Amino acid sequence: MKLHKLMLGTAAAALGASALLAPVASAQAAEQFFPSLVYRTGPYAPNGTPFANGYSDYLRLVNERGGINGVKIKVEECETGYSTARIVECYERLKGANGGATVFQPLSTGGTFALTEKAPVDKIPLITAGLGRSESADGGVFKWNFPLLGTYWVAADTLVQHVGKQAGGLDKLKGKNIALIYHDSAYGKEPIPLLQKRAEMHGFKLTLLPVAHPGVEQKATWLQVRRDRPDYVFLWGWGVMNSTAIKEAVATGYPRNKMYGVWWSGAEPDVKDVAANAKGYNALALQHGAEKDASVVKEVLAKLHDKGKGTGPREEVGDVLYMRGLISAMLATEGMRVAQAKYGKGKVITGEQMRWGLENMNLTDIGLRSLGFGGVMRTTSTSCSDHMGAAWVRVHTWNGKAWEFTSDWLEGDRKVLDPMVKTTADKYGAEKGIKRRPASDCNA
Amino acid sequence: MLYRENGQFKTSYRADQSIFPIAQDRWFVWGLVAFAFFVVPFIFDDYFFLAILIPFLIMALAAVGVNILVGYCGQISLGSGAFMAVGAYAAYNAMIRVDGMPLIVALLIGGFCATLAGMLFGIPSLRVRGLYLAVATLAAQFFWDWAFLRVGWFTNYTPSGSVAVGKLQVLGWTIDSPVDKYLFCLGFLVVFAVLAKNLVRSAIGRNWMAIRDMDVAAAVIGIRPVYAKLSAFAVSSFMVGVAGGLWGFVYLGSWEPAAFDVQTSFQLLFMVIIGGMGSIMGAIMGAAFIISLPIFLNQFLPVLGELVGVTISTAGVSHAEYMIFGALIVWFLIVEPHGLAKLWSIAKQKLRVWPFPH
Repeated sequence: MKLHKLMLGTAAAALGASALLAPVASAQAAEQFFPSLVYRTGPYAPNGTPFANGYSDYLRLVNERGGINGVKIKVEECETGYSTARIVECYERLKGANGGATVFQPLSTGGTFALTEKAPVDKIPLITAGLGRSESADGGVFKWNFPLLGTYWVAADTLVQHVGKQAGGLDKLKGKNIALIYHDSAYGKEPIPLLQKRAEMHGFKLTLLPVAHPGVEQKATWLQVRRDRPDYVFLWGWGVMNSTAIKEAVATGYPRNKMYGVWWSGAEPDVKDVAANAKGYNALALQHGAEKDASVVKEVLAKLHDKGKGTGPREEVGDVLYMRGLISAMLATEGMRVAQAKYGKGKVITGEQMRWGLENMNLTDIGLRSLGFGGVMRTTSTSCSDHMGAAWVRVHTWNGKAWEFTSDWLEGDRKVLDPMVKTTADKYGAEKGIKRRPASDCNA
Repeated sequence: MLYRENGQFKTSYRADQSIFPIAQDRWFVWGLVAFAFFVVPFIFDDYFFLAILIPFLIMALAAVGVNILVGYCGQISLGSGAFMAVGAYAAYNAMIRVDGMPLIVALLIGGFCATLAGMLFGIPSLRVRGLYLAVATLAAQFFWDWAFLRVGWFTNYTPSGSVAVGKLQVLGWTIDSPVDKYLFCLGFLVVFAVLAKNLVRSAIGRNWMAIRDMDVAAAVIGIRPVYAKLSAFAVSSFMVGVAGGLWGFVYLGSWEPAAFDVQTSFQLLFMVIIGGMGSIMGAIMGAAFIISLPIFLNQFLPVLGELVGVTISTAGVSHAEYMIFGALIVWFLIVEPHGLAKLWSIAKQKLRVWPFPH
């Protein structure tokens, strides 16, 4: 009887304690707040975790280097589990915290779609480096989105160019069969319009094979691949879907050297389990690959990991997704630097000022080298109309132990991409009632 | 002492049949509604509205709907997420395909389409019961998941599969601030909760409860099982569909089919079970518990960890959330299987004899 009362009492207490504790805001010396939306749990954690570690490490490195013109950066992580609803919840929670969020990088195309509606209202820019909506490269309509370094249409375009080169010319693709195995979500469907256009242009057959989230059920898909024997397989997966795809390719005997993954399907977590069997699997490299020798990697190891201030395991520093996190953080801090140059060096900038900074970035070779990214990236420069900044990629291949570059630099064909981006952006603007920005808005 | 109905004599049938016969109850509920409408908009910050109150209100509406089906009619349904999706997509299509469609009409059309879907997928209930019916309704969940991904017409042939709705406005009142959205959802919840409460106290409600308690006996005494079960599916799906429309339009703004996956169906079922089956108030309390507890844990656990001197990583907090959430559900069900509504009525009963113990 007493135990029953005790249990009832505890239940009532737990219920009563459901009043929310508001996060305590601490007043500190002026710090720029960078929220970090991460997923360290769930089926996408193997890929989300190294990115989050790289992001966090670079921002800590910036603080170790003295901040941006003396302004240090405050990072707060929020776990999203790659769920759009939680991304939105984390966004709402952090957008006003610690003096206001400077920029958000959702690392989720679904999340990008949701936040694209909210960011202009809250005046916080979104960096979606290598992901998000391909049409958001058009800064005339998407004022607050920055798909820096490349979008999925660039990825699809350069993959077609690359396989065209392998075949001996784009015209040799006529009659060939290219299968796209994609994550059945906004992310996976992004390249389809461009691939359909290129299929029309060059006469190859495009087979679309969707895989439902989280992507562990691929047996049926790969049986179909085995039956159809496409000439090339493009993989647009994420998280466990990537490693499952490669394992299924091994099981059905599809040659890995005819598989090409997008830059989110070409990292160590995807091939580590299969290791030697995945030899020959190709993937796009969003300018960078695995860069263990980069100067910034050595700096991170020396200044952070050697002193116990690093995030994540030391062995992963320099891996593909770690580098991606590093570079994404670098792009954000460089945008901050550009904004400070205009709005006041050494001061904390607002979201609107950050947006201007991201729109007027010009990363030169010298600048990149001084940051430690020499040999890792090419020059990038954004403008009012071009929020992508660069459309250069390379292809790297897994040799059983590491990723090696196996192609020259490829550039997305602007003649094909620009009209598509403009048309789709215009359509979005018409739906939402957003007018194209006038030239006078560019210096706002 | 405070709560007794001494001196409250009913002088008309109408008074006797009121939803809250005890005057203190009436005062309390009216006070709560007035507080929700007139005081709450001024005391909480935007985050609280957007992340806690608005999802709570919308899910409470859906939970009331599911409670009608599961709690009052006894038909276990794991397809509620799909009916929310049907409501959301139907409302979206109504908005974009008909010029000048009012928002509320679009949401009601969404509810109506969800009704049709619910009645269609409720047909197995005429033959199977219990767990087997749960599996049949799970088929509804997966069918609609597939349909919204593959049938381009539902999403207006967007290549990404994501749909978004633009400015929401009702008769000139633009619903864009968090407080506006909160009031809009609150209005829907209050109206539908009152309608639901009246329905379950009426003849239809008694039919449902008879089917729940002993469906063979109910059929023997003349209650038509087809009518009762399908009407339960219909009414329940209508509310769930309207809630789905609100979830997509007001809370998310832009959604893909994964927003209404099987996790949502489970969540709704848990809300009903924890809140108390067969109780409208219980559905609302269950929704509050399920929505607010993960967020509360997410914010409270790091603070608790710091008190003890342990830094918990975000991943650790996420894992702990799941564990504690699951443990609390089991705890509640052991302590009070009839849910929070029963705890509430026990509390009220204690208040009636307070300060005496019995």
